[in-house]
Amino acid sequence: MWFSYLFFIAVGAIALAAAVGVVVSRVPVHSALFLLLQFAMIAALYITMDAQFLGAIQVIIYAGGIVILILFVIMLIGSEKIEARGEQRAWLPWVGLALGVILLVAIGASMVQAFGGAAPNPGPNAGGVPDVVGLELFTRYILPFEMVGVLLLVALIGALLLARRSAAEQAAAKLVEAEAAPAPKTAPNAAPKQAPRTRRSIRA
Amino acid sequence: MIPTSYYLILSAAIFVIGTVGVLSRRSALIVFMCVEMMLNSVNLTLIAFSRHWGNLNGQVFVFMVMAVAAAEVAVGLAILVAHNRNVDTTNIDEINLLKW
Repeated sequence: MWFSYLFFIAVGAIALAAAVGVVVSRVPVHSALFLLLQFAMIAALYITMDAQFLGAIQVIIYAGGIVILILFVIMLIGSEKIEARGEQRAWLPWVGLALGVILLVAIGASMVQAFGGAAPNPGPNAGGVPDVVGLELFTRYILPFEMVGVLLLVALIGALLLARRSAAEQAAAKLVEAEAAPAPKTAPNAAPKQAPRTRRSIRA
Repeated sequence: MIPTSYYLILSAAIFVIGTVGVLSRRSALIVFMCVEMMLNSVNLTLIAFSRHWGNLNGQVFVFMVMAVAAAEVAVGLAILVAHNRNVDTTNIDEINLLKW
């Protein structure tokens, strides 16, 4: 019995520390790695709560998909040190912290009031192994399941549309490249409003 | 069996840490990660209640939340990349095109 408490406290402490690491880390790549650790710890907690299917899904989708996607984007658009740039607002973290404390107190108070030690009521179908959850998904929740499929399709198409260059942008890029080469005298009429940025050196 | 309230306290703490991150960091990517963390903490709450009341509705809900989170990350990061192509920044203070 004490072992499960020990496990919960250890995993929870690592998850909390990783969450703090995501917020305070100065390098975005470190933040992403802390996020990975945090997702893994949450997956472990899911498994301790008999939600084995969701634990596996957590590792596959979050750790395997989302964190990798975030890392890709960090590599693509650079991990510049933003906080040092622009107008300095030294008070910003303190205001964030104060609002966070207020939120914590509010959540805690409402939770204690609404959920003051209600006795657990384990029903007949405790546990979340894949066949139980799958049966529920494909019988009672079939309509939301299908709608989630449509949502993912829409998100896929939207991401494709957003990430691809429009024809005008491509033409502008070509013009700029032509200008960089020995310049022709005729200034192009449809000069781009704003020169696409030169390729930045890759910063890890 | 570990009491459900322990899980609730842990997920509230993670949620608050995520909120503080969203409020105080200015890199759009880190704000993104904090939002993901908040979604995760809510998932933890849902699963804790699912175990507490002994039915699977919470777990199905978590499944849907995960799908929505995946869609949100795909679209959000695409927006970030597209914006970064035009304006060379990911500072959320400088991403203010829609701000009056």
